[in-house]
Amino acid sequence: MEALLASAIGTLTAVGIYLMLRLRSFPVILGLTFLSYAVNLFIFAAGRLAVNAAPIIGTPGPHADPLPQALVLTAIVISFGMTAVMMIMAIGGHLAAGHDRIDLDRRNDQP
Amino acid sequence: MSHWIIAPVVLPALAAAVMVIALRGNLALQRAASLAAILALNAIALALLKASPTPEAYFLGDWPAPFGIVLVLDRLSALMLALLAGLALPVALYAIGSGWDAKGAHFHPLLQFLLMGIGGAFLTGDAFNLFVFFEVLLIASYGLMIHGGGGARTRAGIQYIAFNLLGSSLFLFALALLYAVTGTLNMADLAAKLPGLPQGDTALLRVAAVLLILVFAIKGALVPLQFWLPGTYANAPGVVAAMFAVMTKIGAYATLRFGTLVFPPDLPATGPLLADLLYPAALATLAVGAIGTLGAGTLPRLAAFAGIASMGTVFLALSAFTPASTAAALYYILHSTLATALLFLVADLVTRRRAHARLSPAPAIPTSGPIAALDFAAAIALVGLPPLSGFLGKLLVLDALRDRAALAWTALLLASFLMLVGQARAGSILFWKAEPADPAPTREPLALAAAFALLAALAALTLAAGPVTDWLAATADALHDPAAYIAATGLEDA
Repeated sequence: MEALLASAIGTLTAVGIYLMLRLRSFPVILGLTFLSYAVNLFIFAAGRLAVNAAPIIGTPGPHADPLPQALVLTAIVISFGMTAVMMIMAIGGHLAAGHDRIDLDRRNDQP
Repeated sequence: MSHWIIAPVVLPALAAAVMVIALRGNLALQRAASLAAILALNAIALALLKASPTPEAYFLGDWPAPFGIVLVLDRLSALMLALLAGLALPVALYAIGSGWDAKGAHFHPLLQFLLMGIGGAFLTGDAFNLFVFFEVLLIASYGLMIHGGGGARTRAGIQYIAFNLLGSSLFLFALALLYAVTGTLNMADLAAKLPGLPQGDTALLRVAAVLLILVFAIKGALVPLQFWLPGTYANAPGVVAAMFAVMTKIGAYATLRFGTLVFPPDLPATGPLLADLLYPAALATLAVGAIGTLGAGTLPRLAAFAGIASMGTVFLALSAFTPASTAAALYYILHSTLATALLFLVADLVTRRRAHARLSPAPAIPTSGPIAALDFAAAIALVGLPPLSGFLGKLLVLDALRDRAALAWTALLLASFLMLVGQARAGSILFWKAEPADPAPTREPLALAAAFALLAALAALTLAAGPVTDWLAATADALHDPAAYIAATGLEDA
């Protein structure tokens, strides 16, 4: 299970970084989404991997660490919201400029 | 005092909510509410500053320290809060006086949310909570950055968001690593636990430390992670760029907090790792900022590069991690926040009155006298010429870096010279090489008053340099001996 999770995080990160280096805003957003999936799994793994373990004291058997689960919930909500904001901005930029290249023109300092 | 510690977070949050829900569409009332909230924030920040010499913790939900989230008021956080509140007042006045806040909906609520996020980031004593407050301030800054709209601004905003989302992901990776190694994210608890870390985990800890420094370097626009700053600040509304002058300082604050509390130079696992990374990066930042100031094509871009150079100076002082250099860095943080904000306001005053924004001759600005005086003062302050606080700040930094004088002094003095030439070039083109024009004066007394208030704050910082540096020296001593900070959270120092 460790190898599976580690390679999944690695693959997601690699895909995310590759997409983020593209010039169009849509692949960049997808890349950031992949990166946030990778980091969510990574946070989850920070509490150690456990199978069939409830994060609730008072239940029998081994316990999972509940804190990374709370952290990952926060991280999911935040990255979801941020992706939505960036999506709106990308659509706005696309409508304003007529293309969705992410680099800036040389002489557009003055709005 | 205890419950007042959370007031800098709760007050702007409530003010913003009331403005969005009850005062929607009523700009006059929103302006009044915003100013009232910022005045109250100033009063609270001053009261907290007075109470800060003994560190005090605020336990949210009354959970004891490593389990719940804790806010800690100490000299450093109170100082940064006072700086934030002090900057917010002229910025809000300028936004009202110049009419920027009428160019789009929700300027004042977004400003309040930004204040809430920054205030929370300064106060929190929990590393994950620091991430959450970073996101709060970032999402407000996204809204402020594209305030007023426009294609170029929106597209610059996309770059800004993408860069910061990447930074947030790195931050989460670093926090997960820290948690995996230590089992805690409370900063005081980390400080107590890290010295006893098993030998096998030190490599993971070093990775986490470097990732954290990368995140703070993105926030602080440290070379090679400064690419987002010139495009963002030059395209943002001038008044928002002035408020953003304090945002880069959050990177410096977080570096200072983690570099003295969590990863102090005497921690065996990391040792001088942070200093070794920050020192060359700070030198490069200084160079990029100075050369950018010399070559900038517009005044807002010039202000952005001057801001980068000032961050180079701050990080140069920080990277020595001695009490004297920390005190110098703190003085320079106070000075450069006010001076950079002033230059951004001047850049906004100039570009809104000129035919084009480029640094090439254009019809003269009507009633340019006060604006030229402000530009002159901001340039003097940022370059570091007497009599303003920039000179004292650079003197303190040079004095604190005596042991590495050969490189650091050369870089700092050469960068100051390049910036002097760049500022002189910009000022002479803007105000002396103007083509004659019919003066049709745009009067904005409140906006000008706000800019002059920033200048007055710089002058006050210069005149009160003695007591201020005494206070900052005590702050630096407390930072480098964090026993009182850890004791305030009720945790045992190792």
